[in-house]
Amino acid sequence: MIAALQQHKYLQFTVLLIVFLLLCAIITPSENNWLWRLPPLIKGLPLIINDSVDYIMFEWWLIDVYDPEIEEYEQKPLMNQFTRSISGVILFLIEFVREIMLGGVKTIVTFTGWDWATENQWARWPALPWTVVAGAAAILGYALSGPRLALFVGLAFVYIAVFGQWEPSMETLSFVLIAAPVSVFLGLMLGVWAFRNRVAEMILNPLLNVAQIMPHFSYLIPVMVFFGIGDHAGAIATVIFATPPMVRLTILGLKKLPPEVTEAGMMSGCNNWQLLIKVLIPTARRDILIGVNQVIMQCLAMVVIASLIGAKGLGNDLLIALNQLRIGLALEIGVCIVLIAIVLDRLSLAWANKQTDYFADLSFAQRHKYSLIFGVVFVIGIVLAIIGSFVFKEGFNYLYLIPHNKGITTETFWQAGVDWIWDTFFYTLKSFNEWFIVEVLVPVKTAYLSMPVAATFLLAMGTGFIVGGMRVALYVGGFLLFIALTEWWDRALITAYLMTVAVLISTTIGIVVGTLCAQHPVSTRFILTVCDTFQTFPSFIYLIPVMMLFGVTDTSVLIAIVVYATVPAMRYTVEGLLSVPESLHEAGSMSGVNRLQRWMFIELPMSFPHLALGVNQTVVFALSMVIIGALIGTDDLGQLILKSLSDRAGVGNGLILGLCVAFIGLAIDQILRTWANQRKQALGLD
Amino acid sequence: MSSNAVTATEPLIRCDSVYKIFGDNAKSMLENSGGVVDASKFQLAGCIVGVNNASFEVHAGELLIIMGLSGSGKSTLLRCISRLTDATAGNIYIEGEDILSMSNKQLIELRRSKMGMVFQNFALLPHKTVVENIAFPLQVKGISTQDSIQRAKEMVDLVSLTGRENYFPRQLSGGQQQRVGIARSLAIEPDIWFLDEPFSALDPLIRKEMQDEFLRLQGVLSKTILFVTHDFEEALRLADRIAIMKDGVIEQLDTPANIVLNPATEYVRKFTEEVPREKVLKIESVMDPYNADEDVSELKVSKDAIIETVAEAVLNAGKPVPVVDEENNIVGLLHASRVVNVLFGSHADHSAELTP
Repeated sequence: MIAALQQHKYLQFTVLLIVFLLLCAIITPSENNWLWRLPPLIKGLPLIINDSVDYIMFEWWLIDVYDPEIEEYEQKPLMNQFTRSISGVILFLIEFVREIMLGGVKTIVTFTGWDWATENQWARWPALPWTVVAGAAAILGYALSGPRLALFVGLAFVYIAVFGQWEPSMETLSFVLIAAPVSVFLGLMLGVWAFRNRVAEMILNPLLNVAQIMPHFSYLIPVMVFFGIGDHAGAIATVIFATPPMVRLTILGLKKLPPEVTEAGMMSGCNNWQLLIKVLIPTARRDILIGVNQVIMQCLAMVVIASLIGAKGLGNDLLIALNQLRIGLALEIGVCIVLIAIVLDRLSLAWANKQTDYFADLSFAQRHKYSLIFGVVFVIGIVLAIIGSFVFKEGFNYLYLIPHNKGITTETFWQAGVDWIWDTFFYTLKSFNEWFIVEVLVPVKTAYLSMPVAATFLLAMGTGFIVGGMRVALYVGGFLLFIALTEWWDRALITAYLMTVAVLISTTIGIVVGTLCAQHPVSTRFILTVCDTFQTFPSFIYLIPVMMLFGVTDTSVLIAIVVYATVPAMRYTVEGLLSVPESLHEAGSMSGVNRLQRWMFIELPMSFPHLALGVNQTVVFALSMVIIGALIGTDDLGQLILKSLSDRAGVGNGLILGLCVAFIGLAIDQILRTWANQRKQALGLD
Repeated sequence: MSSNAVTATEPLIRCDSVYKIFGDNAKSMLENSGGVVDASKFQLAGCIVGVNNASFEVHAGELLIIMGLSGSGKSTLLRCISRLTDATAGNIYIEGEDILSMSNKQLIELRRSKMGMVFQNFALLPHKTVVENIAFPLQVKGISTQDSIQRAKEMVDLVSLTGRENYFPRQLSGGQQQRVGIARSLAIEPDIWFLDEPFSALDPLIRKEMQDEFLRLQGVLSKTILFVTHDFEEALRLADRIAIMKDGVIEQLDTPANIVLNPATEYVRKFTEEVPREKVLKIESVMDPYNADEDVSELKVSKDAIIETVAEAVLNAGKPVPVVDEENNIVGLLHASRVVNVLFGSHADHSAELTP
């Protein structure tokens, strides 16, 4: 019996499950029973964090600062001054880019002062007509890649202008154009540092792990406290959120390089700097470019969330449209966000892949052809705008700036569509919704909430132990203990329940669809393209159609999570199945397997490590979406984080809540990753 | 490719008891061992011996091949000399200067002006085209884009890749990629040329072609060459001298003929067993002293000729054939029996017979 237990993990797991159920049955729910719920021992932690933040921000290390208003030196805290100057720089940069696109006076004010600007009403920076911006973008697309990209970029900008989203889009763009390069640069630097320095890597690694699973909202609160509210705060939160994947991928890319490349660089006589800039980073650019792509995606994903702390632009409008349940408008704005994401992504990719031709003997006109064309476009655009000012005497000059929400709109069409769906399918949707809530969601939720804390620990740590031994069990236990000692264990259980249900559905769909699609090269390519496209959408976009169908309910949240989280499950399944070597397929065929056997006995075991990582990603995606679901209305950790946003002393709460979410993810990550690595080793895939 | 052209001057490369031992406490262990390194003892302590007491010299214009199986430390030795890794102990002199004591700056200067290296897996920069790759060492040196590209185009012609200047490495075959690697390593006109298994990743036919190409280049350029390979036949074919390594130790360092004729250790002998000698040995190594009394044939052969190339003529001559040096002086006689022996005699008793 004991020997059998040691041999078979399934058996161990069965025993674990039995003990778990027993514990659930035995332990009585009561406030004072520690086996039921642990006492919230670290309840005070948020307060301590709040106080320390306050101290650092307003009292720590006073320095003398000259105040031009009262013409005297004043004592001000260092941190405050420091964050204020960072805010100032970033705000200036954002405003600068913004005013190139939209015109304004703030840049001029920065150099002259309000008084001067008020006296000299002529000193206004005019906006570039949208035709010029769109033309310039198309030229850029052409110069970097070719006519196809030019056409796409041009059309994207025309869409944005025509649908009356020009101003918010340019606001969003200006903020992304600052945040994204900063994130890429920071990520590269940190990645290189970690690559060069072991200690740095040891410090960065756990930070990156946490940062990647921390919900977006939790970044907002500390940023708000340190940097205030506004576009710059949004940009800073975005940078903090978008940098970790860049660091990760930079390290990954650099580590994958064969040593010969470094040696070739050194033997070519590179100094350290040249080696880095000209050899290592370009050679690792495949992964680094994926990082850049990630950064852009994260920036756009943060557009909506950053609007919660005052970033202007599309995000803000989308949030308002969602709150007013104007699905059509939300859809149009959503398309703008997606278009900007794709445009930036394609342009950055084309830029990195561009090559120089050293052999062509070019004339002046050829060499400066793009600048010249831009000059022409510029002049034409301005002439058009001037003509426009005569044509559209009354109202708006459509050839200069199309004002917000004054373009064409298809809102009524979509609204009609929503109404039609509601009219036609009301009862079907409603009954499905009710059935789902009553028969599935509520029972699962109740089951989760009626788990005694001791049983939960046993199950989680036991699973960890079976999979990876004592080390993993302790990690998992540590993560859970932190959550259990806060006062939000029950909320965490609700988050866990939503996540579990979503992950189960997502993984099932992902593996089934992925497997089916992987059977044929055409469908494989198709599904990978679908995954790529879906990954370009900021997570927020998913809320639009589900709200359209199910209104503001848990079902909506769940479906949004499922749609969002199925993508990685599907992708990893397909890629896992594709990674099975051809020779194994041939060996299988010669052994006479049929399709199902091939899948069961060859493909599935061989691609298991891939699958496990896919499930891991699904968990991460699901968690982040669960928290965003708070905007629709849930009663889990996410909702509390959202609330602490509007709380003056919300830093501590937000941070601890964020950590709770991150730790749920990390505990699962720990188990799945260990498992995947073990399988990898056993299969000799490493 | 004459090995004794400049013996009088300082050798271009000189290694003095070079050790390379991997592991955390390699240095202290080496100091305690007093220079006698037992690989197995070190392994128990978690150290791996890469190079064990290597001492040798390479003269200007010489082609030294370091031969050994994988894990024998041959690539490590090469990397010690190019200082891609730092030797644990010993001295390495290049033109009399100790490179181990060079600062990073001096080292970069040395590489920019005197060294070129070719890698087994080509190590081309994937984001650069053929010319850009070749121009790369020039550009990091600070030469203008125009000049460096100009020079790179000359190199492209030299390695017969004309017309493919704008290709990316991924668009080239293995042989072509290695041509780029060779051109890149030669772009700065180095004095010392390192080649780390340059043809090992290539198909046999391409390998042969590249070896010919290499010999052609060396005929034109006469660099000082350190060439690492695991292919004994390649070594015999190309080398002026061969250093055979095993477990970090240089087992024998000698000319190809001497290694084939007089293997120093059992390990070396195993390599030489299967070697077709007529393809390796020169006339010089099997000729007898010249005896004016003998009746000789009209035919004359060069002492540097490989036996295989003249065997048929010598056997058909019917009389001993006089052997001449570069100035056409007769330096020896070649009897047909000797050639027959090399061609058909059993290898084992061959060496005994041939030793004077």
